[in-house]
Amino acid sequence: MSSLLVCAQPATGRPEAFLAREGPALLLKHLSAVPRLSRVTPASRLEVRPAPETVSSGIAEIDTLTGGLPRGCLTEIYGTASSGRTSLLLSTIAAATRREEACALVDVSDAFDPQSAAAAKVDFKSLLWVRCGPDSKKNSPPRHGGTEKYSSSQPDRSPRAWEPCLEQALKTTDLLLQSGGFGLIAIDLGDIPPSAARRIPLTSWFRFRRAVENTPTVLLVLGHAPCARTCASLLLRLEGQLSAIRPQLSARKIPEHAQLLQGLSLQVELVRSRLERKPAQSDHTVLQTRTAWTG
Amino acid sequence: MSFAAIFVPNFPVEAVLRLEPELRSRTVAVLEGKPPLQKVVGLNENSRCAGLEIGMTRLQAEAWTDVVLRCRSALQESAVHAALLDCAQSFSPRVEDTACDTVVLDISGMESLFGPPAKLARDLARRASDLGVEANVAVASNPDAATVTARGYSGVTVIPPGQEHERLGNLSLEVLFANQNEERNQFLDTLERWGIRNLRAFAALPEMAISERLGERGVYLQKLARGATSRTIVPVDPPLVFEEVVELEYPLVLLEPLAFLLNRLLEQICTRLSARALATQELRLKLELGRGALDWTGEDARPSTFFTRTLRLPVPMLDAKVFLKLLQLDLQANPPGAPIKKIWLSAEPAKARTVQGGLFLPPSPEPEKLELTLARISGIVGEGKVGSVELLDTHRAEGFRIQHFTPAAPESKKSKTYGGFDKNAAVTALRIFRPRLSATVTLRDGKPALISCPKKKEVQGEVIWQAGPWRSSGDWWQQTPWARDEWDIALQTASGVALYRLVRDLLAGRWFVEGTYD
Repeated sequence: MSSLLVCAQPATGRPEAFLAREGPALLLKHLSAVPRLSRVTPASRLEVRPAPETVSSGIAEIDTLTGGLPRGCLTEIYGTASSGRTSLLLSTIAAATRREEACALVDVSDAFDPQSAAAAKVDFKSLLWVRCGPDSKKNSPPRHGGTEKYSSSQPDRSPRAWEPCLEQALKTTDLLLQSGGFGLIAIDLGDIPPSAARRIPLTSWFRFRRAVENTPTVLLVLGHAPCARTCASLLLRLEGQLSAIRPQLSARKIPEHAQLLQGLSLQVELVRSRLERKPAQSDHTVLQTRTAWTG
Repeated sequence: MSFAAIFVPNFPVEAVLRLEPELRSRTVAVLEGKPPLQKVVGLNENSRCAGLEIGMTRLQAEAWTDVVLRCRSALQESAVHAALLDCAQSFSPRVEDTACDTVVLDISGMESLFGPPAKLARDLARRASDLGVEANVAVASNPDAATVTARGYSGVTVIPPGQEHERLGNLSLEVLFANQNEERNQFLDTLERWGIRNLRAFAALPEMAISERLGERGVYLQKLARGATSRTIVPVDPPLVFEEVVELEYPLVLLEPLAFLLNRLLEQICTRLSARALATQELRLKLELGRGALDWTGEDARPSTFFTRTLRLPVPMLDAKVFLKLLQLDLQANPPGAPIKKIWLSAEPAKARTVQGGLFLPPSPEPEKLELTLARISGIVGEGKVGSVELLDTHRAEGFRIQHFTPAAPESKKSKTYGGFDKNAAVTALRIFRPRLSATVTLRDGKPALISCPKKKEVQGEVIWQAGPWRSSGDWWQQTPWARDEWDIALQTASGVALYRLVRDLLAGRWFVEGTYD
């Protein structure tokens, strides 16, 4: 290609043309001769940002697929109901607590089940649970024995009704990130309708990404649909498979009264990963979860 | 032997100025007694220069336009006294509680720790100043000479051994007496009639003649004037009570001015704790509340109520700013609800925390920052909704409670066991619907066949698979029994198959969707 590439205005004020073959070197030489530009580092010589340290998600298949969850980055996991997002979240929290790291779960829809977490071997002493909710005092948990004192009236589940919870979650996450010292901070938007989750300003995600950068914290966002957009360094899509119950449906030998939910069969897709220089291609893996009572 | 004496001149005034340091440059008089028979019992230097005198009535003192009048507070004075003892205790274990405004400490052998006596005396004065008390400090070879010197000379005075007689000679006779009483007045009158004006003249009188005319007490006072007394101090072990009190002239209604006062109290407490190399793990705030504006005019004789808040910390801390923020957040969440008349703030002393850092330890939040963060989050989401989970020994649904989050400090030995997978890690989790969703269920052959949930549109349709029922019950021996049948059901949704936990409350006879498997 012999076309004219650059037409620069050197210090002499006389325009010069560079050919493609010797252009870059000549251009650098001219630029370095300009006093104002002498300290500018060419983009070709910029240092490559070191790859972030990754930690285990607690599930071998996920680690094989992603190379682990990156510290100092935002990881987003999304999928529909029964797609295994929460199972993956609990595994990740359990793995972090096994590493003796302090973890925080910002539970926007107050959906965390301590029994499931106990089955996943989460160390509760290292897990900070923040229960968001518009009417905190009315929905406060039972202190002893679990007598359910919740109001009988069901809450309004319109997208606008989630705004107070989302606001609490964003403020709380901000505080947790500023506080520092957490190995994992998870924001659970699993039950938030996509229309409500999309109302979260993009600036908030940028702020979170900036706050978590250069820290040892893994920021995990769990949702129904991707909402952090470009701020997510790692994006995983989970999908439940009908095969989760299909074997049992087809197992005619098992009498109906002996049916048992044994677990979920999940398909995990790596949608995006910025951990490498070149974005990863979409990749898949399949994993099985088991219910707590199957042993 | 060397002894240091700390003396606080104008003690009642200092007790007031310690909590209101902005008044130091003004004319201040302290009153005592019941209205309207209040009399001036304390004056600072400005008020003495302005012409005010001890014993004036309130009406007479009010004739000075720029004078600030404050009521004497025994509680504040005892706090100052305790601060003085803490100050002395931080330099020497042998401390004598000589008087409410005087403390004597034995500093023999302390040179290797604190340097020469002059430096130690300066450090003592600085430490007292840090505690909000402007005190005179004197060092002498016997405790009485040190005390008399501290009463007579302002600032820091060091008398080399053997020069007590010479240095004390210029002082007036009043410094021989700690209190104003009849004996003092009688003694001073007598000496004035003799033409004795200072200690040098008094010390020069023949001892036999003094003994004949003033008795044994006169001889003792003459020895005192010569700096020649000899006694052993009576050491005390001050109790580890760190309490500060403010008695307010006017009621406080807003939290913002209260924060200013709390800040001063916390700084004083932290300085005192620091002087004793201690920290605190529990702060107690007690407020005396008035019944309203009437209470201050004296027309409402109803008794005051008390408002108490206790701040328990996971680890011993010593940061006044953190304490203040925690108290502010706590009071914002739990306001007193009435005007505040009096404030007590006390700290439970604890051994200061020592932490050995490690390069390879996992990240852990700093306790001070974490406490503030938790308090702030509590302010956002509500009290009792932040913390760590404690499972209860029950099979009842929601069998857990929230407790304060205190992450355990990571141990380096355990950190070697990082990594690896738990074979049973991928556990199917349940997402709970809080509150649980009431549902209408149609049964076929005793099994759920059709479900409809008005509040969640996704949860409706034909049940394509079910497992159950799993029956459980408990607490039938208590007033809150429970019994339920659990079903695991699968519904066909637009995006695939969704699995739910369906519960039938056997006591209420109602169906609920408890959560979804995810």
